[in-house]
Amino acid sequence: MILRGGRILDPQRRVDRIGDVVIRDGHIHAIAWEPEGVSPSGEARVIDVSGKWVVPAWVDMHVHLREPGEEYKETIATGTAAAVAGGFGAVACMPNTHPVNDCAAVTEFILRRAQELGSCRVYPVAAISKGLKGQELSEFGELREAGAVAVSDDGRPVMNAALMRRALEYSRAFDLVVISHAEDEALSRGGHMHEGLVSTRLGLQGIPAAAEAAMIARDVLLAELTGGRLHIAHVSTEASVWILREAKRRGIAVSCETAPHYFTLTDECVEGFDTVFKVNPPLRTRRDVEAVKEGLADGTIDVIATDHAPHSVLEKDTEFPDAANGVIGLESALPLVLSLIREGVGDPLDILAKVTCNPSRILGIPMGSLQPGFPAHVTVIDPDADVVIDPELFLSKARNCPFRGWSVKGRVVMTLVDGQVRYPFDEEA
Amino acid sequence: MAFSRKDLLGMRDLEVHEIETILDTAESLKEINTRSIKKVPTLRGKTVVHLFYEPSTRTRTSFDIAAKRLSADTYSIATTTSSMVKGETFLDTIKNLEAMRPDVFIIRHSASGTPHRVAQRTPASVINAGDGMHEHPSQALLDMLTIREHKGRLEGLTVLIVGDIAHSRVARSNIWGLTKMGARVVLCGPPTLLPPYVEQLPVTVSLQLAPVLPSADVIMVLRLQRERQGQGLLPSLREYAAYYGIDRKKLAHAKPDVLIMHPGPINRGVEISPDVADGPHSVILDQVTNGVAVRMALLYLLVQRDEPTG
Repeated sequence: MILRGGRILDPQRRVDRIGDVVIRDGHIHAIAWEPEGVSPSGEARVIDVSGKWVVPAWVDMHVHLREPGEEYKETIATGTAAAVAGGFGAVACMPNTHPVNDCAAVTEFILRRAQELGSCRVYPVAAISKGLKGQELSEFGELREAGAVAVSDDGRPVMNAALMRRALEYSRAFDLVVISHAEDEALSRGGHMHEGLVSTRLGLQGIPAAAEAAMIARDVLLAELTGGRLHIAHVSTEASVWILREAKRRGIAVSCETAPHYFTLTDECVEGFDTVFKVNPPLRTRRDVEAVKEGLADGTIDVIATDHAPHSVLEKDTEFPDAANGVIGLESALPLVLSLIREGVGDPLDILAKVTCNPSRILGIPMGSLQPGFPAHVTVIDPDADVVIDPELFLSKARNCPFRGWSVKGRVVMTLVDGQVRYPFDEEA
Repeated sequence: MAFSRKDLLGMRDLEVHEIETILDTAESLKEINTRSIKKVPTLRGKTVVHLFYEPSTRTRTSFDIAAKRLSADTYSIATTTSSMVKGETFLDTIKNLEAMRPDVFIIRHSASGTPHRVAQRTPASVINAGDGMHEHPSQALLDMLTIREHKGRLEGLTVLIVGDIAHSRVARSNIWGLTKMGARVVLCGPPTLLPPYVEQLPVTVSLQLAPVLPSADVIMVLRLQRERQGQGLLPSLREYAAYYGIDRKKLAHAKPDVLIMHPGPINRGVEISPDVADGPHSVILDQVTNGVAVRMALLYLLVQRDEPTG
């Protein structure tokens, strides 16, 4: 296959040129720059992608696939179908399934299902603690061997600082990154939205920004103490950004991610009590949104992940305090990420790095590059297409998308995983 | 001015002229409550459903009496008798009740925003009878009616609200309502019982009573829930009473014609001393009386909005 005449953007190698990508036997065979290009051999399928962007398939390092246990919300099949529809060629799935992914059997189950039914690559994240209970470490070595690429108790913080210290220490033996859901539950308990003027107006108990930032400060200090690799999930506050900026300046091994809703939406969205805007960490203020963008701009924030959290109407169509936290993100992320480029938060290579080579490097997975010889995980994007986000068209089982009805720019033209067109459905294959 | 709202969900989204209409209507309906036969046929054939998912004596009785004096048929559903105990969700309950075509739902719920969520999905009118820490508009309206009766006006008055502002829907509704009507609102309480970013509301905040007591025309005393001590928000009720409880000694520094109000139920000896609650400045029972008139006005205005005129 030849992808002809696209703007090839490979953040890992800082490449941004027009050219042809030749894919053969599931791998990037060659890249030929304009004006020479390549002349197709007889059997090759040539796809004209002029005016489009050809980028490494995106990597979402924070996704909830809900299988095993909550298949009514999402499955590995539907979640990965949603992923490729959103331009993602790989997802890392969080361990808060039923049963929890805290042992090799569950990790192997997820990988086997992904192999059988998945549309993209799936990289399991295993639990830090057995049963996510925050008491004893899971068996990191066996989990690593089974295929886990990171550990996290995501959805819940590791409240016990001593256990987090041991996790960061022990993870070094198996080169696992520890992903922290940073939330001090003593400060956040009972809260349903960001603590601020809006929560006061609505009479909803708030979660202060300090509940997140204080935990990040703790974990950064523990990373410094132990030398373990720390990654902070879903950064949402101004204070979180400055703590992480300072930690990086001091040379501490910490990386972090934010999500599109944290650089796009604010707590004002909760006016009207629509539970689709209930998410943890909660939507913050305009000032936090700006700080998150600054963190993206100056490199403090390495990664954009979606924290795709599918829920059914059972969890969402209820009184606000009873509603589950979470938004879906796989099929709405791409245009929102591209909007950062249009807003001048970063140039295309800097922003694309946060959804390609950066998460790949942090997880240590073979994704996020267009280097010849590499497996062909490629996303073709039409950056100028006008799109109205319509969750009813999503391949995800869930509809809890906070961007319903938004007019945005940017559409996935094609997602290739291992040289196979996985989106859209490939009639010629 | 015509009243065209379907629902009464909070004071924050009411316009000044709507508040005036409600208060004027309540004032004119009040007379019915002094008759020997306290009933008019205004809402005959209308169905009012009370959904109280939180304990309430005063508000529920007040709404029920208001509806019955207007000849509406009323039905009451409380948590213990409802399908909630059988596992039905609140919104499912609403859907089923909705199918029986009621005209008005009166809802009290511990979750802020629930009346709003119901109002979005029913053609019936919804009256918020108190939702979480959010709003309690009929209480604010009856408070405003009581102040207006005693002071002749709302504009230019200083209303001091004392106590647990953070958890109080009464305080929130009064802040929106009173400031719209031109009153100055002063909040006083310990910092742990003030809501976050309170200084960005259209109010003055004081952490001590002494500086703000002398200028108050009205002192609204809020109920202090005993749980606040266990939640670590207060060292003791004793200390609270000493610094923020309204007693005769503190009242000596207030204006001679100050009004003392309380939305009830009262913790005598904690936020208010018995002699003040029952003393000459107290209009606490007038509030209760006015509650019926205000709720009659709300039912009348909401239900009549569709009726052809003339």
